[in-house]
Amino acid sequence: MNNSFLRISIWVYLAIFFAYLLGPLVIMSITAFNSSGFPRMSPWECLTFQWFGELFQDQRILNGIKNSLIIGAGTVVLSVAMGLAGALMLTQIWPRLRATYYTVIIAPILIPGVVLGISTLVFWDRINRMLGLGADSFLSNGIFLTVIGQSTFIASYCMLVLVARLQRYDMALTEAALDLGATHAQAFRKILLPFMRPAIASAAVLAFLASFENYNTTTFTFGEYPTLTIELAQKVRYGITPAISALAFIIVALTVFFALLNEAKLKRQELVAAARKNATVEELAGKIKLPSFFSGNMAAVLLVVFAVATITVVGTATAYNPGQCIADVKEQKRLEADQRIQELRKQREEQRKKREAEEAEQGDAQSAPKPSNNSGFGNVFAPNSLGDEETSEPETPPASNDGFGGAFDPNALQKDQ
Amino acid sequence: MSAGVGVDLENLWIRFGDFVAVRDANVNINGGDFFSFLGPSGCGKTTILRAVSGFLDPSEGKVLIGGNDMRGIGPNKRPTALIFQNLALFPLMKVWENITFSMEINGASSAERRKRADELLDMIALPDQGDKLPNELSGGQRQRVAIARALCAEPDVLLLDEPLSALDLKLRQHMRTELREIQKRVGITFIYITHDQGEALTMSDNIAVMRAGVIDQIADGKTIYNDPATAFAASFVGENNVFRGRIKKIMGNEALLSTNRTGDLVARISSVNQGTMREGDEAMMFVRPEAFAIAPDGAAGDHFVTARVNHEEFEGNVFNIFTEGDGGKEIKVSLPNLGQSFENHTGQNITLEYETRNAVLVPAGELAAE
Repeated sequence: MNNSFLRISIWVYLAIFFAYLLGPLVIMSITAFNSSGFPRMSPWECLTFQWFGELFQDQRILNGIKNSLIIGAGTVVLSVAMGLAGALMLTQIWPRLRATYYTVIIAPILIPGVVLGISTLVFWDRINRMLGLGADSFLSNGIFLTVIGQSTFIASYCMLVLVARLQRYDMALTEAALDLGATHAQAFRKILLPFMRPAIASAAVLAFLASFENYNTTTFTFGEYPTLTIELAQKVRYGITPAISALAFIIVALTVFFALLNEAKLKRQELVAAARKNATVEELAGKIKLPSFFSGNMAAVLLVVFAVATITVVGTATAYNPGQCIADVKEQKRLEADQRIQELRKQREEQRKKREAEEAEQGDAQSAPKPSNNSGFGNVFAPNSLGDEETSEPETPPASNDGFGGAFDPNALQKDQ
Repeated sequence: MSAGVGVDLENLWIRFGDFVAVRDANVNINGGDFFSFLGPSGCGKTTILRAVSGFLDPSEGKVLIGGNDMRGIGPNKRPTALIFQNLALFPLMKVWENITFSMEINGASSAERRKRADELLDMIALPDQGDKLPNELSGGQRQRVAIARALCAEPDVLLLDEPLSALDLKLRQHMRTELREIQKRVGITFIYITHDQGEALTMSDNIAVMRAGVIDQIADGKTIYNDPATAFAASFVGENNVFRGRIKKIMGNEALLSTNRTGDLVARISSVNQGTMREGDEAMMFVRPEAFAIAPDGAAGDHFVTARVNHEEFEGNVFNIFTEGDGGKEIKVSLPNLGQSFENHTGQNITLEYETRNAVLVPAGELAAE
């Protein structure tokens, strides 16, 4: 019993953990399909794909994506190259200097991105001036500065990834290649580089993602080439639309897709290796029968499901027209609003009548307490508690009006859509 | 094949900082020989190999291959191929790509490489294994692939750095024979590094015994075993019983050693040391366990040793008797099992007898660690 309680607590904990982790993403993804003008999940109005359309018509977002991709590619090339050089240096350097060297090369990770951004800007501006170049020179180009600025610390991340793999490299392999007649360049290209390939791929992905999401360094260096993060930040200042949710959804979908693809490939390699290990010599010499791509490969199955779902959604989106639904919702909202207004008017009418009747009955009798009474002393000091004043205003809207936001404002409907 | 290419080390010194790894090594290795460097780990034998292959520059002296000074010539330009202790097969390449790596460097076509790989795979008795990856092979198979890869480069000198040490005993014994056969077939010079005296004795034409950076003796296996030059060589190669003492009298090639425990004993002075040993010098006498025989009780003289038996053991082909010996070390006696009956001597005194030619006298010196 105690054991089952423990097990349940673990599951509850996991559920909370994942809800905390993934909840915002899920909600944001859902808001991308709601026709409501503000990104929200409830009240659910209509299933719509219009935000995707709007996203792809937003020139600033598209331009931001383009700049981010260019800068990402540049950062990947520069950071991986510098990271590999740094990692190799770490294995070659005089052992007594190694700790110091490691600290120096890791330091950029610990320096705030803001500082790196400013220092990049100042440094290259100085160099630009020293060389006597103008403000439109290559050295003050936003893309160049951003790539350089981001690479200063992303290269350190890459180096950490590459060092981990390099530590498992047997230096005797390079020596063996040299001994068999290879030059140092050939040994590097034919032996070390293929060995490092998986780590280089990881480092490249890491560098690209770090570059793509970077804001605080880029904000100083982007010049005339705002990246996606910069554009998004600027947009948020003027209020956001679900088009941004749509963008987020696309990024999430792509991430899931590539994660599944990678997992499926790894699993496949594992299965192939296992099959090769069990294969006899004859099988290896001839055509070895490898297991089919999907057998025992959960990730591959999920990948196909995911792809099919994507195609279905895109297909639906092109065929689906939420116009009718949106018109319906609009109409319904209008009707609701009209109804509320009618009700309100009726209510006020009734109140006025009632009051008039009361006044007629009681003459100078006291009326109900005023809604505007905000005194900390209750009604004691209220002037009307003395019963010599009548200030009731029939036109004052009821306090309940605030709870509906702008719902009763007929203009709100037009603004909303 | 011709006589092959010889390797000479002339006054070779190799230092790492203050540490001297190799001290004044002078070695002539004849072309086509199977030459071994034998010594305990850390004695500098691998350092010598790295100097020959070009990964290390000598601090002083010369490495000559085929009479040419190799100074300043990198490992990729030397006519040597090295088989690494851990083999260093390229893990991401298939076996045939591994074997023909040297051809790839020279720009050979894939078809040529396949053809050559198949020839070499036949030679090392691994036909049709070319498409496997190295980690799909067993230890012995990987071993042979490493040899094929080195031979594919057509070196004049093949260097082997303890290549058998990672194998189990049975395979190691098998590979000894195989290596020797391959060497005879290809006819090139093999330089072999080992700490296993069995490997060195069975395979080599000549052996250099090394101790702490110094080469103690260079000779063929029989000479090293029967006529060691130093106390270290005598104690490192094979089992040996040591008797310490002072030379009392020199009689031509023989000498009388006066020991504390066992009286005066006669021995043959090892050939290298004949004429250099003087009366009164400290010396060590070595007698192999199999060179002893049991003498009748009460026998005495300069080739009899009397000692108390500590324990005995039956090993199958031999019967071992361990008696109290010099300096806490036991004397081991191995009597061949020829079907005779063995008495139990434990706790008794027995008298042992040896022939003078089986007792070797060398100057006192450092012994090999057990």
